[in-house]
Amino acid sequence: MSSQITFSDEQTMLLDTATEFCRKHSPIETVRARLDADQIDATTWKEITDLGWLGINVPEEFGGLGLGLSCVVPVAESMGRYLMGTPYNGAITASECLATSGSREQKEEWLPKIVSGAIGAMALIETNGSWILDQIEAQAIASEDMFELSGTKCFVTDADAADFYIVSVNVEAKARLALVKREQIPEGNLHREIVIDETRRSYQLDLDGIMVPVDQLLEGSDFQAIEFASLLLLSAEITGGLVGSIHTIVEYLNTRRAFDKVIGSYQALKHPTVKILLDLEASRSHLYHAATVLADDNAGEAEIALRMAKAHGSAAFAFAGDRAVQFHGGFGFTYECDAQLYLRRALWCQYQFGDEAYHRQLLEPILLD
Amino acid sequence: MTATTEKERQEFQQEVAAWFVENNPGDPGFLLPETFMEVGTDAQFEYLRDWQRKVYEAGFLGMAWPEEYGGRGMPQVFQDIATQEMASQRLPFMPNTIGLNWAGPLILKMGREEDKQKYIKNILSAEDIWCQGFSEPEAGSDLGNSQCRAVRDGDDYVINGSKIWTSLGSYAKYMILLARTSTGGANKYAGLSYFLAPMHVEGIDPKPIQKLTGEYGFCQTYFDNARIPADCLMGSEGEGWNIAMVTLTFERGATGGQAGGIASMELNINDVVELSRRAMRNGKPAIEDPHIRSQLVQLITESRGNQLMAARAKIPALATDWPTAVPMSGKLRGSELKRRMCQLAVSLQGANGARFVSEQAIDGGKWQRSYFNSFSGTIGGGTSEIQHNIVGERVLGLPKS
Repeated sequence: MSSQITFSDEQTMLLDTATEFCRKHSPIETVRARLDADQIDATTWKEITDLGWLGINVPEEFGGLGLGLSCVVPVAESMGRYLMGTPYNGAITASECLATSGSREQKEEWLPKIVSGAIGAMALIETNGSWILDQIEAQAIASEDMFELSGTKCFVTDADAADFYIVSVNVEAKARLALVKREQIPEGNLHREIVIDETRRSYQLDLDGIMVPVDQLLEGSDFQAIEFASLLLLSAEITGGLVGSIHTIVEYLNTRRAFDKVIGSYQALKHPTVKILLDLEASRSHLYHAATVLADDNAGEAEIALRMAKAHGSAAFAFAGDRAVQFHGGFGFTYECDAQLYLRRALWCQYQFGDEAYHRQLLEPILLD
Repeated sequence: MTATTEKERQEFQQEVAAWFVENNPGDPGFLLPETFMEVGTDAQFEYLRDWQRKVYEAGFLGMAWPEEYGGRGMPQVFQDIATQEMASQRLPFMPNTIGLNWAGPLILKMGREEDKQKYIKNILSAEDIWCQGFSEPEAGSDLGNSQCRAVRDGDDYVINGSKIWTSLGSYAKYMILLARTSTGGANKYAGLSYFLAPMHVEGIDPKPIQKLTGEYGFCQTYFDNARIPADCLMGSEGEGWNIAMVTLTFERGATGGQAGGIASMELNINDVVELSRRAMRNGKPAIEDPHIRSQLVQLITESRGNQLMAARAKIPALATDWPTAVPMSGKLRGSELKRRMCQLAVSLQGANGARFVSEQAIDGGKWQRSYFNSFSGTIGGGTSEIQHNIVGERVLGLPKS
């Protein structure tokens, strides 16, 4: 295994720009104000589109920058740091999925649209909560030149704002991917879900009654590419979230007084905070290593690096959120305290695309046998 | 011989590799120590000293040191290749570490011509073992506060006091000694002087300290009116602090110039994985136990995290919010990880986890012993608890505890 981490000039520039952008657009008051928003923040989405961030990973021939997913990481990390809620990660995963599984025509039709702001949403997970992406219940039955879909998808983020969906369905007992356009979804098939992270706008999508032309079935079915992109983006979001939670903890520990002392002087609070810091440093290292090997097209090493990044990050962020609440004492028990925002974000990230136990289990045969 | 070609280096690497394969000293029939700080029996010491001499005589130690003092005057890259080969073949370490890596380069850099003639060759051949007299019982990490006295009396200095954690103290012929020649001066550092002191002198008594492992690895060295020749003084009186700081840059590897060779057998998570294939739990190799598998993967991930942090530390653009976090936490992370790897290694062994150094124990009991010795890392040089305070205060900016 290599221990290489490369960080290009483009990544450096994107990290600077994105940190500044998210700091400006997503102060904690804005995060809170948007918790029960009905719609996505269209103004910010337009700015993100204008900055070209939706085309970072899209090949140049389809109107993108062709910089690969590794250059998306600094953007996703910055959004995580400021708890920003946008359809960005879903849209990037959708474009990555089209780039890896779409036919030439499908790419030509959709990738340029995504670059100019069309929102794609991933509809993969079902009510049983399984993380195994190609073991699903949803069906697509062919009748003449149409597919009739059935089943239920959950955790479809920003589904109300999406222009299209990538839906996993069984076609003749094999898991495939179908693109469904917004207008192909009957009225009443989308239901907002109550989820733990209130910065997410998550929906259930009922597939029953949806008809799509057969040419909307994606040519390939590269579920691994979807999983890799999702793990990378979630790990980036986790790393950013860890940075944000440490700042929140340290600020409180440096101001709150108890028993005549600033509470940060108590080792019972100081030492776990240092553990969170060191967990962050490890998570960030795993993350950018994963980005490096993914960019090198080394699928074997990428799988190890991504699962390690997600496993380590999931546990670390959940611990940080948990401690952030505890360290705020009585205030931590209130909705008003920001610690709960990080804890909720951490739990969402932990349980999307596999928690630490799941990824460690998948690493076992690779690393031990 | 200055510039070297890739071809020369490759040929040399093959030559060294072949020599070490051929001359591997093999299993001594008893458990070897893992670092120079753990040499506890005469048998261990003699085996390691003989091994160092053999490596030196073969020409693979002090290769970049000047020929006139016993080195070979070659470019450093050849020594690095030889050292790397010793590490990758996991050969025993060079016991005269303090001479090879700290005292030797110091003497070459700052010593007088007669010092170089007198000491260097015998450091390389392990004829003269060196030890270090810096720490004191009442001044652990606070070197500037050293109280051990050296008083000039005619052609001698008379030494009184004591030094602690003297590794190899009972085998050493010389000590690099930091002692106080004056209690006046501008500050506590001004009264310190540096000596290349002989150990085999009346009034110097290195008393071995028994460690939690039951073994002996270092001494408390007592000085009771011990007379050492005045020309043992390095530099002049009052320069001790500065020379000690130069020594520490060699000790920490911040400055090059060491003789080469490895100073310890580094434990690595792959060794624990390998052990898990052999160690049995309830009739099956430990590696088949789901609980153990999960713990192994966790530690592999953590150990990888440490390696990756070292790689990331070289990228300034990725050191944003707390840029000193990685460099300031190296000892804390490394020593705690090692302690936990040893704990896991012991837990792989079923009821045999309860054995200690003996023939019946798995690998002669080296895992249990390593676990106990790993506390030298989590305690020495500032405990892990103090390290947490240091990182919390200096990196995160939290108030002092």
